[in-house]
Amino acid sequence: MEMVRTVCLTKKYKDSVALDRLNLEIEKGELFSLLGINGAGKTTAIKLLSCLAAPTSGDAFIGGYSVIRDAMRVKRMIGVSPQETAVAYNLSVMENLELMCGIHGFSGEKTAEKIRALSEEFHLREILSKKAGTLSGGFQRRLSIAMALITEPEVLFLDEPTLGLDVIARSELWEVIRALKGRMTVILTTHYMEEAEALSDRIGIMKSGKLLFVGTAQALLAQTGEDQFEKAFISVIKEAAV
Amino acid sequence: MKMLTFAKRCAKEILRDPLNLVFGLGFPIVLLLLLSAIQSNIPVSLFEIDRLTPGITVFGLSFMTLFSSTLLARDRESSFLQRLYTTPLKAGDFILGYMLPMIPIAAAQGIACYAVALALGLRVSLHIVYAVLMMIPISVFYIALGLLCGSLFNVKQVGGICGALLTNLSAWLSGVWFDLELMGEGFQRFAHLLPFVHAVELERAVLKGAFEDIWIHLGVVLGYGIAMTLGAVFIFLRKMKAQ
Repeated sequence: MEMVRTVCLTKKYKDSVALDRLNLEIEKGELFSLLGINGAGKTTAIKLLSCLAAPTSGDAFIGGYSVIRDAMRVKRMIGVSPQETAVAYNLSVMENLELMCGIHGFSGEKTAEKIRALSEEFHLREILSKKAGTLSGGFQRRLSIAMALITEPEVLFLDEPTLGLDVIARSELWEVIRALKGRMTVILTTHYMEEAEALSDRIGIMKSGKLLFVGTAQALLAQTGEDQFEKAFISVIKEAAV
Repeated sequence: MKMLTFAKRCAKEILRDPLNLVFGLGFPIVLLLLLSAIQSNIPVSLFEIDRLTPGITVFGLSFMTLFSSTLLARDRESSFLQRLYTTPLKAGDFILGYMLPMIPIAAAQGIACYAVALALGLRVSLHIVYAVLMMIPISVFYIALGLLCGSLFNVKQVGGICGALLTNLSAWLSGVWFDLELMGEGFQRFAHLLPFVHAVELERAVLKGAFEDIWIHLGVVLGYGIAMTLGAVFIFLRKMKAQ
């Protein structure tokens, strides 16, 4: 069943095209990675899909709802963990989670239940009273993702979730993301090849706002004739005449 | 409910920053003590407590402009506000959420100033209660001005504009330190086009019990407050959409 569909989705700024006629379909429960170098248009795509920015032309549909006409409905279906760690630094871990519950209008009982479940799933129980600003980068990202999951979104957007994390923190976060597979549709952006290869059901490779390839890691290797994912990615990027 | 949750978060952010407490509560009180000490050592009536206190309480509110602008500008610069943009919160929820927790803080600042003024010789009167209550509409103007600046400028810019420029303008154009008549007719007329002097005169009139004098001042302050609030919502919404 299709969960996300974009139709000629385009975003133009004054003198540049950040996203150029993106046509994409993502299935329910799929973990889809948008892979590309800096300025490829990955974050722009996430911003348009999560109603953070309005497209210049085209449209996108989340669960059948347009991001232009039904933005409020779309907002109720999605969770977003932005590129930088988006937590309130002066609030404790518990208060950050409570804030998201309150904004979504949860009852006290539901809030307590949500915090209990998420703090266990993300191993936050021991640090619930700690201020978010004092946590390590890895735990701040965990909290950020937990905050995005408060509403049990049908689609979760993770924008560069492991950017700047050390190897251990990244590997731990991969486990967290893997555990989400199948429970919801996850769209993540990354410029780490190994991350896209290790986590994704399918990968979209972008350059200069254009989608150059969509398919599995195996399909990418087969299409390029390369034996390594990184080489295959470079081959697609270099061959593109954009 | 959604808005109140966000307001609670804003209150925590402000109250957990010790600098806010030092400037918000401490600085106006220090000014009150210093100027009262000067008054007790000079032969002329320059800083009489019943005229000085309303001025200082209004001047203290210019720090609310700094706090609200800094909080909003900092949130805008971080991804935190971006996350909240993807929730069902609307522009009005954000602006009210920033504004509401600042009002009791402003009132607390006023209570602290009047309490110190009482210790310095201000006559006990029910008018003090009215003067504190009248700080609420005045604080709405100062807070909304901060939210407008916070929607327009970045953290560094609001530090300069609301921190240095606005606190000085608010002081010079309000007649807190000196009688505006001393500056000439042109300056006086210009100052009366702005709300700062009206805010001080409003507080002074209420404290004196001259309630018949308050309406013009209250009208100007409320007018500016409403205009600033609407402006802040409009600019915030535009910035939100211009992501």
